[in-house]
Amino acid sequence: MSALSSPPKDQFLQDADRTTGDSPRRDAVRKALHNYQSARNRTGATFTDWKAARAAAATIKHEAVNHLDQYLEEFERQFTARGGKVFWASNSQQARDYILNLAKARNVRAIVKSKAMTGEEIHLNEALVAAGFGVVESDLGEFIQQLKGEAPYHFVFPCMHLRRDEISDLFNRELGTAKTDSPEELTMIARRVLRRTYVEADMGISGGNFIVAETGMISITENEGNARLTVGVPKIHVALVGIEKVVPRLADLALLLPMLATAGTGQHLTGYNSMYGGPRQPGENDGPEEFHVVLLDNHRTRLLADPEQRDALHCIRCGACLNVCPIFKNIGGHTYGTTYQGPIGSVITPHFRGLQDWKHLSGASSLCGACTETCPVGIDIHHHLLHNRRNAAAQKPAPGEGLLWKAFAVLMRRPALYKLATKFAPLGSMLHPLIQGTAVDPVIAWTATRDFPEAARKSFRTQFKAHQAAKQQGGVR
Amino acid sequence: MRISLFVPCFIDSLYPNVAMSMVRILERLGHTVEVPESQTCCGQPPFNSGYWDEARSVASHQLKAFADADVIVSGSGSCGAMMKVFYPELFHDHPEEAAAKSISSKTWEFSEFLVNKLGVRDLGSKFEGRATFHDGCHGLRELGTKQAPRELLRHVKGLELVEMSEAETCCGFGGTFAVKYPQISTAMAEVKCNAICETKADYVISNDSSCLMQIGGWLDRNIGSVKCLHLAEVLDTP
Repeated sequence: MSALSSPPKDQFLQDADRTTGDSPRRDAVRKALHNYQSARNRTGATFTDWKAARAAAATIKHEAVNHLDQYLEEFERQFTARGGKVFWASNSQQARDYILNLAKARNVRAIVKSKAMTGEEIHLNEALVAAGFGVVESDLGEFIQQLKGEAPYHFVFPCMHLRRDEISDLFNRELGTAKTDSPEELTMIARRVLRRTYVEADMGISGGNFIVAETGMISITENEGNARLTVGVPKIHVALVGIEKVVPRLADLALLLPMLATAGTGQHLTGYNSMYGGPRQPGENDGPEEFHVVLLDNHRTRLLADPEQRDALHCIRCGACLNVCPIFKNIGGHTYGTTYQGPIGSVITPHFRGLQDWKHLSGASSLCGACTETCPVGIDIHHHLLHNRRNAAAQKPAPGEGLLWKAFAVLMRRPALYKLATKFAPLGSMLHPLIQGTAVDPVIAWTATRDFPEAARKSFRTQFKAHQAAKQQGGVR
Repeated sequence: MRISLFVPCFIDSLYPNVAMSMVRILERLGHTVEVPESQTCCGQPPFNSGYWDEARSVASHQLKAFADADVIVSGSGSCGAMMKVFYPELFHDHPEEAAAKSISSKTWEFSEFLVNKLGVRDLGSKFEGRATFHDGCHGLRELGTKQAPRELLRHVKGLELVEMSEAETCCGFGGTFAVKYPQISTAMAEVKCNAICETKADYVISNDSSCLMQIGGWLDRNIGSVKCLHLAEVLDTP
């Protein structure tokens, strides 16, 4: 990838300028996430000990991630024993090719897909459509985003940024339905389209929330029932799952499913939790005839190779870190320009898509730590942003900035120089109004929107010296 | 007790009264306050920017400046967190690792020091007004400081303390983040300050002057009527 210019950063800054200026949208997103927070607090409080649950969840994921080879192979053995097929995809090209070739080989005509961020990650829909396959997203939010021709805004709540009237207008435009303000009616419109799709589709594609090594099963958690129809109705099914989704034992889900629901949506459990163990078995009267699992690496092993940030693979994609992130709330999901938005996306994207091109996401954080605090599997998210900054600077110091910090270090190691600099602070304050807001203002990035305090006439050091002297005199007297 | 005060650069030249208040409070409690002459900066700006060699160079100077301190007290949760939480990581596998860990174990944020080290809650302070408290993120999440400042403020006579809706939401300062991503930083300040204004407080109090520079900067530009005060300034009202 080109490191000469940084188009993702330019795009990010442009979009951030626009989205931070859109107060109504920011207010709506903040309000929606405030409601999430209330629900989550209520549900979280019903755990006997959330902190202990979190530590236990982190332990499970740590065990899985640090024995990926072992557990993935165990999954493969169990899953293929029931007639399922497993394909190991090193990268997005291999994953796309496998699914495309399968669709071609089986003369697939129509594809229905349930929510899978891995699909977004490898740009699967674009590839399927380019090859002439019709593909319909069946998750309501994803369905809306697909109609809109827009990427998901949030990897759990894909269209949370849209108002009801915007969705109604979209349906009116794309589906020819009458405008309505009722969420129930909007849902029914999507449902009518989707029910037909399940029946017509001969291939279903899903993701997977967890894959269980012990039993060779895929766990999908959802609220709309669309995933079970996507998996259950068409005769061929493909689950596209990141390799980090494996957990050792079925019993691990007893903790991880409620943790995911609580952190993700504030629910105790989502409406539907299904386990899929492969194709229809003799004597069973439903389920796909063929069941394929594509295990996707796509640079996850780069993260695995980094002991410092390996815990980022614990992520269960609950989206909690986005929901509490003040950056996300103010710039919105699309500004990131990534499949995985928010704090966790800022941590992992540089590993997936190149550090120099995506380091700005790690820079665009006040390091407040709300993400780390909320993460249900204990990922040290905001400190990893610091680690990305350090790695990026070590690899390639930003022009000028490397020099600036060298000079800073020289100054700060010389107390006499430092004192001299603070002596000039009041003078700087006095002269600053002359250039404030102009192109030569060194602090224009600050002063354009905020006042800067005037430097005190007497620094603390000066005042403290006087204080000490006065005390001594008092003591002598 | 012999207490070494760490006075971050912005308190030294922009908010000297904060540190003077800390001196007066600690002396009134009968302690000896020292301000090591050679101290400069904790090294957080280059550290947060990713320039850890330069940060280590600055921090190494700081280690020497405070080498003979018994306890170190900081008026900024953020700079305190740098020394307490990040020094051990910054010096991991470096010759000064032991010194860094020693400094870390001696460093206290001001309110935690008063409440949890000295066991002081009531300083006999009097301060008339309605105020809300802003939790600096580094103090809150790196150091776990939440109750200590409130405990102290509850004992201030005349002070009415009201919680704001976004008390734990970042103000958007974040050091160099505030000037590298000013549009995001300002949007965050706006959210924070709107929550402050909703409480109808006359004052916003914090244990971190760096947050107050951001909050005050936005309030002064856009509102004007709410005043920022450091916890120490409120407590220094015998």
